[in-house]
Order: sequence, then structure tokens, then C-alpha cells
Amino acid sequence: MPYPARLQEFVDNLALFADQAERVQVLISFAEKFQPVSAEVATKPYLESHRVPGCESEAFVWVTPSEGGGVSLHFDVLNPQGISAMAMAVILKENLDGLSPTEIGTVTEDLVYDVFGRTLSMGKNMGLMGMVRMTKYLAAHANDTP
Amino acid sequence: MTSSPYPAIAERGYAHPEFLVSTDWVAEHKDDANVRILESNEDPLLYPSGHIPGAFEVDWTRDLNDPIRRDYLDRSAFQALVERLGITPNTRVIFYGDKNNWWATYSLWVFRLFGHTNAAIMDGGRIKWVNEGRPMTKEIPSSAPSSYPVVERDDQTERVMRDEVLNHVRANGQLVDVRSPQEFTGERMHMPDYPNEGALRGGHIPGAKSVPWARAIDPETGEFLPADRLKAIYQEEQGLSPDREVIAYCRIGERSSHTWFVLKHLLGFPQVRNYDGSWTEWGNSVGVPIERP
Repeated sequence: MPYPARLQEFVDNLALFADQAERVQVLISFAEKFQPVSAEVATKPYLESHRVPGCESEAFVWVTPSEGGGVSLHFDVLNPQGISAMAMAVILKENLDGLSPTEIGTVTEDLVYDVFGRTLSMGKNMGLMGMVRMTKYLAAHANDTP
Repeated sequence: MTSSPYPAIAERGYAHPEFLVSTDWVAEHKDDANVRILESNEDPLLYPSGHIPGAFEVDWTRDLNDPIRRDYLDRSAFQALVERLGITPNTRVIFYGDKNNWWATYSLWVFRLFGHTNAAIMDGGRIKWVNEGRPMTKEIPSSAPSSYPVVERDDQTERVMRDEVLNHVRANGQLVDVRSPQEFTGERMHMPDYPNEGALRGGHIPGAKSVPWARAIDPETGEFLPADRLKAIYQEEQGLSPDREVIAYCRIGERSSHTWFVLKHLLGFPQVRNYDGSWTEWGNSVGVPIERP
């Protein structure tokens, strides 16, 4: 199943980098753009309910309603060595922000393979897939009445 | 710069301090002809984002694992790896990496399977080097290929397989489970439908002591604790005896290689083996005993 249009375009463009070293540098450049969640959305210590289970990079996710029925994504990665988690956070935010929970719900965990390839460790796979799952889960509940 | 609250490595009471070097030592010796610095991380983006000048990368998945079977590289692949890295049997190999040296100790352990004992871990790992403001580079070093003999992998001395672990359990042998307490108890700590550690069953191997790997590390500096504090944890608190064999395990053998390193090299337990099949094998095996509180 294709991803939402913006994310699919990103994945297609990334696939053009046949050289793994170039692809890695692209992902590092995304990680370098990472900005943690604003204080308006969450402040430390973060609620454990926003922690990505199984993520050793200590990633946290928040999803807030935005105009037009869409949602906004917010992330933090507490482990300064969690570069892949930071890259994934930027990729998810840049390509899913503003979409509806239904659209975000179509994103599969295969995104981790499409972005990072299939040679990640089991733990790293679990952490990054956890970010995708957590984003989908929180998006689905973003408009719930507190 | 983060200062260490501990004395020099040689003064911390370790049984084999030669298996640990400081960041100062690496800064001074990294360009020595008989020294090779290797970075091993879980995160594949870390090394290319910057590393110690002159350090080569050993990627756990790409370099140390068999591409098809669940096993490590064979003797010819190991020979090709170390020759590509310019390593000879006389090269002192220094490992460092992320996750407080999880992957560095894992790589050292794999090198040990092939008999390369002239190796050490950089205390504090990558984060200590970075926090000390030491130089990093994106430049990938190159080396003239070296010559290294073919060495048969030894799967008995430092590594243990499932059936041996089963016999060890039946004999009331010592085990240490280095996973988190939640993994040890089999408690599910995840959102609905989240996979449970890649295993069908939760819990731990009967008789195992729960000592999460990170207890051996100072959380502020990433350094290994001095020997007296390690003894207080593993021997006095948990009752592990150096007089009998200890088997360490986790989920896939990476965190337990860290504890293997602590028990064997820092505390000097003579018989310690790493069960790399770990929980992903045990928790999926039919009929093996499992303990849950």
C-alpha cells in the first residue's frame, strides 16, 4: 500500500540514492534538523504514556489536533546518540504533519525498512517501528475528549 | 568536559585492567602502528556522523553476522574482516561505541571467539569522548590490507548454546539475566498490539538472577564502576560466586556481552559464557522451563 502522498514522494526520492553512504548522509542531515517538542506541548519530565515502548533512544511522541481535522506531530529524543530516532522524527513530522488520523493510520511499519534498509538490529528496528506505531496510536486518539 | 569521579583504571581493583583503556589513553595511542581503534554501534548513522579520527567501523549486522543463518561470521569471513581493517594477531584492538559500549563489548566478544585476546574497551564509550570535547571526524580512514591467519571459531569457551543452558539449569547452575526488570518478570509494558520482545513467552530462565546490565555503569560518566562496587552488586547482593560457572543472557546476546565483560575481565570470574541465543531463542523454544514471579 502506498504511503500518504507527501511521505510516498519522500520515500521515492530517498530510493534514488543507490549508494548507501549517500543515503546515510541524507538521513544524518535530517537528524541535524531535529527540534524537540515545544514547551507549549510538553515539558520534562514527560508523561510515560508518551514514551515510545522499546525505544532505547528514549523517544517521546505527542499528537495534537490542528485545523481542518488534521493533527500535528511532536517528538523528543532524550538520548543524544539517538540519531536514527531523530531522523525518523523529522521524517514523520515533515511528511505527516497536518494529515488526518485516518491518513496517518495508513502508514505501515515498513516505513522503517524503506528509510533505513533491512540491516538494522532487532532493538533498533523495534524502537523505530515503535515510533511509527506510537504516532499512529496517538493520532487515532488525538481528538478524544480528555 | 565531564570529569571522572573514579581513580585511574589501574587503581580501580579490576582483575584484568588491561582490557579497559581510558579516553586519554586512546587520544595518546590511537595512531600507534600496533593499535587499531574500532567503533561499534547499534545506530548505523552514528559512525558516519562523526567518529574518533582514525577509527574504523565494525557494523554488528553487516560485519559480524552470517547474512543467512542466525550465527556469527565464519573463519574466512573473520579473516577477511580483520585483514580489511589492517589488523594482525599482534594488533591491540580498542573497541568503543554507543549504548555505553553494548556493541563494543559485543564486538570484542565476537573477536574473542576467534581467539583475538589482544583487545580492550574504551571506558565510557563514544559519549564520554564526545562529552570531553575531543575531536571527531567524518573522514573514513583507509588501511593497507594485513595478513591474518585463518582461525577456527571457538563456540565452547565464551559462548554457550541452548541445550547446554538447559543442562546448566537442571544442575542449578548460576545464570544472570541482564535485561530490564520488566523483561525479567515477563510484564508487558507496551501499548496494545505492541510485539513482546520477539518472543512468544515472557519471563526468565529458572534460577537466573536479575542484574540489569546498566548497573555496572556510572550513569553520569558512562564509565564502569570500580571493582568494589561491582563486587557489591554481583557477589554480595546477588550471591554470584566466581568459583562456579556463570551464564549471562539478555534478548539477543548484546547486553549480556557487556555483563560477560564485567564478570570475566573486571571481576575476574574464570568461567563466564554468553548465551547469545538469549530470550529470543529461549522464549520461543517449545518445552523449555520458564520462571515467572
